[in-house]
Amino acid sequence: MSRLKAGDDTRGFPVARLRDVSLRYRSTQALEGIDVDLPTGELVGLVGPDGVGKSSLLALIAGARSLQAGTVEVLGGDMSDARHRRRACPRIAYMPQGLGKNLYPTLSVAENIDFFGSLFGHARQERLRRIAELTQATGLVRFLDRPAGKLSGGMKQKLGLCCALIHDPDLLILDEPTTGVDPLSRQQFWELIEEIRAERTAMSVLVASAYMEEAARFDTLIAMDAGRIMATGSPQELLERTGTGSLEAAFIALLPEARRREYRPVEISPLRLAEGDIAIEARDLTMRFGSFTAVAQASFRIPRGEIFGFLGSNGCGKTTTMKMLTGLLPASDGQAWLFGQAVDPKDIATRRRVGYMSQSFSLYSELTVRQNLDLHARLFQVAESEIASRIKEMAERFGLQGSIDALPDTLPLGHRQRLSLAVAMIHRPELLILDEPTSGVDPVARDAFWRILIELSRRDGVTIFISTHYMNEAERCDRISLMHAGQVLVTDRPADLMARRGATNLEDAFIAYLREAVAESDAATPATAAPRKTHAPSGETASSAHGSLSIRRMLSYTRRESLELRRDPIRMALALVGSLLLMVVIGYGINLDVEDLHFAIFDQDQTSLSRDYADNIGGSRYFIAQPPLASHADLDRRMQAGELSLAIEIPPGFARDLARGRQVEIAAWLDGAMPTRAETARGYVLGMHNDWMRARAREAGLSAALVQPASLEVRYRYNPDVRSLVAMVPAVIPLLLMLIPAMLATLSVVREKEIGSITNFYVTPVTRLEFLLGKQLPYVALSMLSFVLLMGLAAFLFRVPFTGSLAALLLATLLYVCAATALGLLISTFMRSQIAAIFGTAILTIVPAVNFSGMIDPVASLEGGGRLIGELFPTAHYLTITRGTFSKGLALTDLWHAFLALLLATPVLLGLAVLLLKKQEA
Amino acid sequence: MRAANVFNLGIKEFRSLLRDPIMLVLIVYSFTLSIYTAATAMPESLNRATIAIVDEDHSPLSARIADAFYPPYFLKPELITPAQMDARMDAGIVTFALDIPPNFQRDVLAGRQPAIQLNADATRMTQAFTGTGYIQNIVLGEVDAFVKRYRDSQATPVDLALRSRFNPQLDKTWFSSVMQVINNITLLAIVLTGAALIREREHGTVEHLLVMPVTPLEIMLSKVWSMGIVVLTASAFALVAVVQWLLAVPIQGSLGLFLLGTALHLFATTSMGIFLGTIARSMPQFGLLLIMVLLPLQLLSGGMTPRESMPELVQHIMLAAPTTHFVMLAQGVLYRGAGLDIVWPQLVAIGVIGGVLFALSLARFRRTIATMA
Repeated sequence: MSRLKAGDDTRGFPVARLRDVSLRYRSTQALEGIDVDLPTGELVGLVGPDGVGKSSLLALIAGARSLQAGTVEVLGGDMSDARHRRRACPRIAYMPQGLGKNLYPTLSVAENIDFFGSLFGHARQERLRRIAELTQATGLVRFLDRPAGKLSGGMKQKLGLCCALIHDPDLLILDEPTTGVDPLSRQQFWELIEEIRAERTAMSVLVASAYMEEAARFDTLIAMDAGRIMATGSPQELLERTGTGSLEAAFIALLPEARRREYRPVEISPLRLAEGDIAIEARDLTMRFGSFTAVAQASFRIPRGEIFGFLGSNGCGKTTTMKMLTGLLPASDGQAWLFGQAVDPKDIATRRRVGYMSQSFSLYSELTVRQNLDLHARLFQVAESEIASRIKEMAERFGLQGSIDALPDTLPLGHRQRLSLAVAMIHRPELLILDEPTSGVDPVARDAFWRILIELSRRDGVTIFISTHYMNEAERCDRISLMHAGQVLVTDRPADLMARRGATNLEDAFIAYLREAVAESDAATPATAAPRKTHAPSGETASSAHGSLSIRRMLSYTRRESLELRRDPIRMALALVGSLLLMVVIGYGINLDVEDLHFAIFDQDQTSLSRDYADNIGGSRYFIAQPPLASHADLDRRMQAGELSLAIEIPPGFARDLARGRQVEIAAWLDGAMPTRAETARGYVLGMHNDWMRARAREAGLSAALVQPASLEVRYRYNPDVRSLVAMVPAVIPLLLMLIPAMLATLSVVREKEIGSITNFYVTPVTRLEFLLGKQLPYVALSMLSFVLLMGLAAFLFRVPFTGSLAALLLATLLYVCAATALGLLISTFMRSQIAAIFGTAILTIVPAVNFSGMIDPVASLEGGGRLIGELFPTAHYLTITRGTFSKGLALTDLWHAFLALLLATPVLLGLAVLLLKKQEA
Repeated sequence: MRAANVFNLGIKEFRSLLRDPIMLVLIVYSFTLSIYTAATAMPESLNRATIAIVDEDHSPLSARIADAFYPPYFLKPELITPAQMDARMDAGIVTFALDIPPNFQRDVLAGRQPAIQLNADATRMTQAFTGTGYIQNIVLGEVDAFVKRYRDSQATPVDLALRSRFNPQLDKTWFSSVMQVINNITLLAIVLTGAALIREREHGTVEHLLVMPVTPLEIMLSKVWSMGIVVLTASAFALVAVVQWLLAVPIQGSLGLFLLGTALHLFATTSMGIFLGTIARSMPQFGLLLIMVLLPLQLLSGGMTPRESMPELVQHIMLAAPTTHFVMLAQGVLYRGAGLDIVWPQLVAIGVIGGVLFALSLARFRRTIATMA
């Protein structure tokens, strides 16, 4: 139905209509008064410099970010209406900016795509078919089992596209999808999009791009600058309007006057080499990861001052080679020299001469731009007096003045790249190793950057080793190397390469070399040849389930979370074995039975009677006699040092006075530093004192005066032998089953927030409850397994008798671990960083569970806030049940009020978490 | 090693921490409200213990006994029938049930020494033990006093003057407030350094450090000093503002000496955090490792139950933990007013453990840092 409507009726109607849309981030105006209609069924390109609001606009249309002002209508409904968003999002696919930001690094390629497919409600069969198709088309089919985290940048982008395409969206939103993708793959990427569009003519595609070469393919271009739209029209119209020959030139012509004045074309002066001065030399550099050879015998010599380009398809080993040169990766074979010295990761002096920029952003996202520059300047020992001017210079050169006090995460990709570059150059290195430094940077800024590079090379003799996917950049290099599948195919000057291949431009030459290499390496799998079957309409986007809880979507999160858990066996082992170990340690270690307390006697009488008194105390299992005290000073000192829990002072003339019937007084000093211990010791001493007196009276044949008129018989119920273990085990289980599940559940959500894959939750039809429940289930299962192991330990190693209903305990445990994980999820809604999540979960669970839940002091005896927390916290209720079933022989019916409390805990905690979890980025 | 690098990297740690407002709120919470709640929840000695009385005697004496239980030690006893007793104990409503047998008063006066049965819920061991002593004293005291009215009896010839030093009222607030501070010091020190290291690894910034002219020693020292200062400041504040002022716990010894011990302890625990950070490969792993290390440190170092009562093996093993010595030191200095002449062995022990932990972490950090990028 929806397909028909989208396909026929709405043709010509805008797929998205924006009216007066504005957006602010604190002090910066990201978008201002945007009015635009995006036509249905077209390929619309957003072009413009970095930081003009392209990404913000896309995020608003995708529904990932919440709207501040204006209206955004997408697919015929208002995106500020949560109900419409839920209806529309199965028809929208959004691929955020950044290399694989919304992917799950430990999941394989196939699993990642499968997860997205199941989120959109496809059946398994359908998903498998689509995965095969999409990976065939993108060439990822050979890497189906490789974890996403181990893919190169460009392959991550392809995977991201597969994930976006799996559910046949009506609106495909791609934020710089080909940034960091090699030319061949880029070509394949657009061919793929064309094929899909040819087949699904109703699909609208909205792309933000920094590649002007690509913009020529787009039906409509929207040129943006400073949060506003400068011009709209087809590429042809824009060329005509500006009277320019290329889109790159047209783009520059469209820029406001002030910006345009900054622009100068890049000119390269010829390189003059000092003979024999070699900056980098590599001989047979090889890197193997297990059986996989990432780089095979790479050799090159780069003279000082040369700009050496490194080109190659994604995943061909460029980054690995660079890392070997910096010493980040020790080479499996071969050797490399920098400035004539063998690469040594411990060589601090060489590090100072090198500037390195890695492919992914690896600066401190919690420091501002200025603070990052400042830190690096200081660490590279830029003179104190120079630092301020150097930062200023860098900021100017890279156009970072406006964002100097901003945090990197709030900056657009292009600006982040500039910051990385500025950092790599702040200490005026003699050698720059730059791994795709200009990916995602707009053309104007890229040219500016190249002018700097050329100046550094020609004027200061800085050697530059750079990898890039931009052919116009490669043309500016003095020499380039082409790499494929770990092999250096050819190294030469760009002009010579083109000549050798008879190509008119470098891109064609490059693709020709690559196709040849690909054909050699695997003649079997043609890259895009597989005929695409027309999508059967059966693959409709399970729209029946939106609104209510969809078990399938929930389970897809469960499956993904469990896969991640399985990929991290150490985490699982820690959770399971860790609980067992802790139970052993705590079970054996904590002895609630206070005994073996140290005591000493200060006997100033030294008679047999006084010694008898001392022996009476020392002979019990509660006290261990220490060397006697010599003086009051000795008593003070040893008590102060904490050596004694009890000191007994028998006065001089004790025996004599007692014999004469005089009143005598023995002084006993308790160490009150630990009140519980002192309390118990006091009881012991009093008891022993009375015993001793009675014994004395009997010996003396004294009258019944000293005989007690009544006695108290104490029966310790449920644990007649008063074994600590019997009391501790039922208390330790609740403790462990709270701490560990809560910690795991909290981190599972906060982790996604920190890594960025939380975007998938924002833009897919999964509801908050589905998301939370889906994440909770694996940890509930893991905790139940842990419980079974703990019970085994209690029964077989500790031999703690179990007297009650096992079924009741099992049910209670299930309710309890649900509550514990739900508490973790609730905590996660407040946290943004994993550090805070760990610390927060620790203090918010350990203290209530250990101190307020009756583990040592019963809840009823607590006061104030602690009492309230104890009553509300699930642990106290579960503790009642564990103790009841373990020791008191109880069943469900006896413990119904504790069950009732546990039963309520999960819905309340989870309900709060659902309310507090945000479905859109603020 | 360049001191400037250590300093600059440390400043970076401060800045990172300041960027995490929720973390800051949690730190403030854990050193103020959390300590206050934990300290005031634990009452002095036996508090509000629940007791039920089965009075089968219905005599003046049994009534007198029942009246002798009152707050704060006990909640007002419930008078129940023998049939109700089991259910109430099973459900954990009462910890104690006292059964006064029929004809109790008559038997007492006749000198037949009747017995009263006291049922104590031994699953609540601590309260069962302490409470039993109290109940014994109360019941027998009441019986004695009752009997004295009928019979002349001489005073006990030997008095036992029991006094507790350092905490005359055995106020548990004193103890639990300081132990909470100690627990939080350990927790925060480990999290701040260990988790920060994992964060660097997960965000790829370790790779960046590796291409810069800084050594692993400098990286580690910078984390130790900066995060150490954060925790030291927080604990000094907690001790002065919350423990000493708000909770009015008298501190006997020198605060300076205690803070010196804290600084040494932080050297040890921050090193431990880094060590854990080199073992764990992801934040969830670190979270679990943290629980595994923290719980034994908290429960077995003598801050929860007396060390003397633990199995000897555990006592020996726990001597390797810095917290054990730190708890001893804290008790000595803060409660007993011990000076340097008394607590120096603890200071030395913490210092040595810290040195060993630091060396171990550094060795591991050097070995693993290359694999972190």
